[in-house]
Amino acid sequence: MSSISRDDVAHLARLARLAVTDEELDRFAGQLDQVLAAVARVGEAAVADVPPMSHAVPLTNVLRPDVVTPSLSRDVVLAGAPAAEDDRFRVPRILGDAE
Amino acid sequence: MGSDLTTTDVAGLSRLLSAGEVSAVEVTRAHLDRIAAEDGALGAYLHVEAEAALAGATAIDEARARGDELGPLAGVPVALKDLVVTEGVPTTSGSRILEGWRPPYSATLATRLAEAGTVLLGKTNMDEFAMGSSTENSAYQVTRNPWDRDRIPGGSSGGSSAAVAGHLAPWSIGTDTGGSIRQPAAVTGLVGHKPTYGSVSRYGLIAFSSSLDQAGPMARTVLDAALMHEVIGGHDPRDSTSIDSPLTGLADAARAGAAGDLRGVRVGVVRELGGDGHTEGYEDGVLARTREAVELLAGLGAEVVEVSCPSFDLALPAYYLIAPSEASSNLSRYEGVRFGLRVGDDGSHDLDEVMALTREQGFGPEVKRRIILGTYALSSGLYDAYYAQAQKVRTLITRDFTAAFTGVDVLVSPTTPTVAFPIGSRVEDPIAMYAADLCTLPASLAGLPAISVPSGLSEGLPVGFQVMAPALADDRCYRVAAALEAAQDAARGHRLLDELPA
Repeated sequence: MSSISRDDVAHLARLARLAVTDEELDRFAGQLDQVLAAVARVGEAAVADVPPMSHAVPLTNVLRPDVVTPSLSRDVVLAGAPAAEDDRFRVPRILGDAE
Repeated sequence: MGSDLTTTDVAGLSRLLSAGEVSAVEVTRAHLDRIAAEDGALGAYLHVEAEAALAGATAIDEARARGDELGPLAGVPVALKDLVVTEGVPTTSGSRILEGWRPPYSATLATRLAEAGTVLLGKTNMDEFAMGSSTENSAYQVTRNPWDRDRIPGGSSGGSSAAVAGHLAPWSIGTDTGGSIRQPAAVTGLVGHKPTYGSVSRYGLIAFSSSLDQAGPMARTVLDAALMHEVIGGHDPRDSTSIDSPLTGLADAARAGAAGDLRGVRVGVVRELGGDGHTEGYEDGVLARTREAVELLAGLGAEVVEVSCPSFDLALPAYYLIAPSEASSNLSRYEGVRFGLRVGDDGSHDLDEVMALTREQGFGPEVKRRIILGTYALSSGLYDAYYAQAQKVRTLITRDFTAAFTGVDVLVSPTTPTVAFPIGSRVEDPIAMYAADLCTLPASLAGLPAISVPSGLSEGLPVGFQVMAPALADDRCYRVAAALEAAQDAARGHRLLDELPA
């Protein structure tokens, strides 16, 4: 099993939208390397013919009758937003200057 | 400790309230007074609903005076872990990213507790997003163990355990993903039950690892825990994993167990959880209390055998792949747009940057570690080696349980390998922190019910005894735990919590 480098952690943090600091990168890389070494023990299990288990109870798709039920009002939902404008969520620009 | 309304168990409060011997306002005020006096030192609550609690209690008293039909729990106060969404009441999940959020709806279990007439005292501290075993990962405050204030109250439901053990609430709701009800209950001398996955609705519980998360009771007696489980459990159409079958007989099972007859009950002691060849990391005092508890059960007529579940050795690595993987997906919803914190929205940053700055400031170190680990385990090329492999180990663990339950009715073990450890002692060592979950993880991964019940003290600190049962056989956990509790209380002449230093 591979170990995890500082560059790996920086890449994963970007994928996960975490603007981690240099100090965090140093600390997390060491800690995650230890954690990874511990969890890599799952590789020891003989699981050639074993199916994976995603849930403890068998899941079936649950449907409800197709009738209108009350939902949260727009004002109530927007009241929890960090920024709202014109009855909508206000979102920062989604493209950079160069794009 | 003297006897007053804050030391009375819920079954006792229910009798006093129903008989009109005390009012709901008196019970609520007694708890609020004690919170005001003690919680500065304990740090159990993140938010106290003093005014609303008194108003709610007043309404119960007025309804009773009018002769309205009230349930047996009307007027009993309750505390909720701060990941239970409560309409209009601050809900943070222990995280800065939800600081100040007042949810527009309530969790099903909060609604059911309110409909039963219970009075919400407040929201309890927790490890951020329930990730931890000590409550030290809370973004807000440290919570102390009432038995020794230099030690952790367990986690992640450590505010809920400290509140109930410290008599700042008669009972509370915790949630358990890998042991977060049972381990804090164990280290504070409480009863904590993780229900069968699907027994209690997850609607309105802030998600950590959706295939594992379950809410359940934390209480001072097995009967109280069963009473709460009956209130909060049962089918909920708003949770697609909710089990659609009746949930009854739990309190009856606790009462039957307390009668002390376990003849015909087959108890399996799990070798891999503190048995021969598997004692590394376990304290001698914990193993001694566990042996004594098993002997007590045998003395009550139970048939005791040792059982081997070899795959349990891999529960910890499997859990610490599955839970972070699910968390990395669940926590993607904190993007600083629809609710919660937003950082860096000054016109110079685009949405992606605002998202990254928000999550960087809003999440603490353990949450970031787990998101990064989960992102890694799910990445293409590594998925088969980590996440898929862990899911197969999960199947092996479930098969071990299935095989064991062909020969026994319940499985038992210590709840956690050690007594409460000192605050700060494991903060910089994630692996040492994760070891606190060693005994609780197998039942979590298999979705099975498991209870922690006190088994005595080691070096003056509580030890927990775990009873695990097949899916939907929660009643067996309550029965066996109540038998142990009653036998121990009778032998020592008082409850374990009565030995709590004042």
